[in-house]
Amino acid sequence: MIHGAVNISQGSRNEPPMEETWRLSKKKDTLWKRARMIHAIRNFFISRDYLEVETPNLIPVLIPESHIDAISCGDCFLHTSPELYMKRLLAAGYPRIFQICKCFREGERGLCHLPEFTMLEWYRQAIDYLPLMKECEELIISVARDLGYGDVIHYQGQTLRLQRPWESISVREAFALYGPMPMDKALKEDCFDEVMVSYIEPHLGFEQPTFIYDYPVSKATLAKAKEEEPDLAERFELYIGGKEIANACSELTDQNEHYIRFEKVQKYRRSMNKSVYPISERFLQDVVTMSAAAGIALGVDRLAMIFTDSPIIDSVVTFTPEFL
Amino acid sequence: MYSASDLKKGLRIKIDNEPYIVTEFNFVKPGKGQALYRSKLRNMITGAQFERTFRSVDSFEPADLQEKKMQYLYKEEGKYCFMDNESYEQVFLTEDQIGEAKKFLIDNLEAEILFFEDKPLEVSLPNFVDLVVVQAEPWARGDSVSGKTKPVTLQTGYQIQVPPFIEEGEKIRVDTRSGEYLTRVKE
Repeated sequence: MIHGAVNISQGSRNEPPMEETWRLSKKKDTLWKRARMIHAIRNFFISRDYLEVETPNLIPVLIPESHIDAISCGDCFLHTSPELYMKRLLAAGYPRIFQICKCFREGERGLCHLPEFTMLEWYRQAIDYLPLMKECEELIISVARDLGYGDVIHYQGQTLRLQRPWESISVREAFALYGPMPMDKALKEDCFDEVMVSYIEPHLGFEQPTFIYDYPVSKATLAKAKEEEPDLAERFELYIGGKEIANACSELTDQNEHYIRFEKVQKYRRSMNKSVYPISERFLQDVVTMSAAAGIALGVDRLAMIFTDSPIIDSVVTFTPEFL
Repeated sequence: MYSASDLKKGLRIKIDNEPYIVTEFNFVKPGKGQALYRSKLRNMITGAQFERTFRSVDSFEPADLQEKKMQYLYKEEGKYCFMDNESYEQVFLTEDQIGEAKKFLIDNLEAEILFFEDKPLEVSLPNFVDLVVVQAEPWARGDSVSGKTKPVTLQTGYQIQVPPFIEEGEKIRVDTRSGEYLTRVKE
């Protein structure tokens, strides 16, 4: 068996230029397709009267998340998503906004993760998560058309149908169908994430894209709870080819509930010895004027993986952290 | 001590006092969930394989193995002979124990032999080995930026994909962990 505990980058740092050129040049078709995909995304939103916005990447406050760590930069942080400032725009009366930007997350590196990645976020006033699901379908179908695909795309040997409606399944149903235990038991035994990764995700989005919805409230910091079932939140994820592509929710607009949930997250982070980031008081004040809205974050690199039939995220970006 | 974020393919850790090697590894994070480290592990004594998912708070001891630097001498009746250059002690590894390493094994190559309680378990090659290309199609000049590859045969018989400008008789550096071409070696 071959072993090696040495970081791959050590062997690659001193490569002669010819090899580096060759490695990069292999990405040419993929990078062209990625660029066309991003262009198609912009066209979709502009044609629907969405305003493209840019919010600061270097920020002093963060929305607390149990499992997302920020990268510090001077006295500030690199944003982990543009959520906070896009919501402040929503609260100030911008009813339809979208943004495509780089986001930064400490320690995230895997086949589908980069510490610096590209996110698409869009927010829309006066709707909840269900119309957003529809809009998400429309976006991806529209992008597929612009890239020259018909009703099917091929990903890693699988044929995916894009005809609507797409499959949708609640988290509870998915646990019952694919999991070794019901959702509530997994929550109680603190293995929700493990079951999700090992049993549920491998079934999602293989014949057609799949929405999985109604997550436990404890797994959705800023999603509105369902009125008829307050243990569940109005949150969904889109999966294609077993990969999480987007995460969306009906936005929480109750100020008091924000305080309660933020405190819970901060307490958890403290208990895990993780950095506890400052919270934005301005944001919490703005929440008061925020009307009903839904928002969604979509991983642009992951969508590019699907459209370029790439098994790993490295293939769809120009440079990865190991080759800088 | 290792933490879960140190896990990577090839790392050897101790579980219940037995040595295990990580044979597959991926960092995953289900939506809004915690970072998980999905691993496939192989018991280095019994060969039994299983999957295990770790959390970032998990930690591990390194496996109790002794490494000895030895030199590859020859192959005889399906056994691979290695020698300790100081004590002249010789050990034999089976085809199974050699595994993928045979693609890169050339005479006199220095490698680490792993022992668990005096039993040789496996060979661990240097990360990079230089091998001679013994058979290759000629290069259509100028074609270095098309991103294409071509197959060539190395002195060990191993077939590998390389950039089109590599020619017969050249020496190339191969990453023994991935089995992939790394760079051309000028002598």
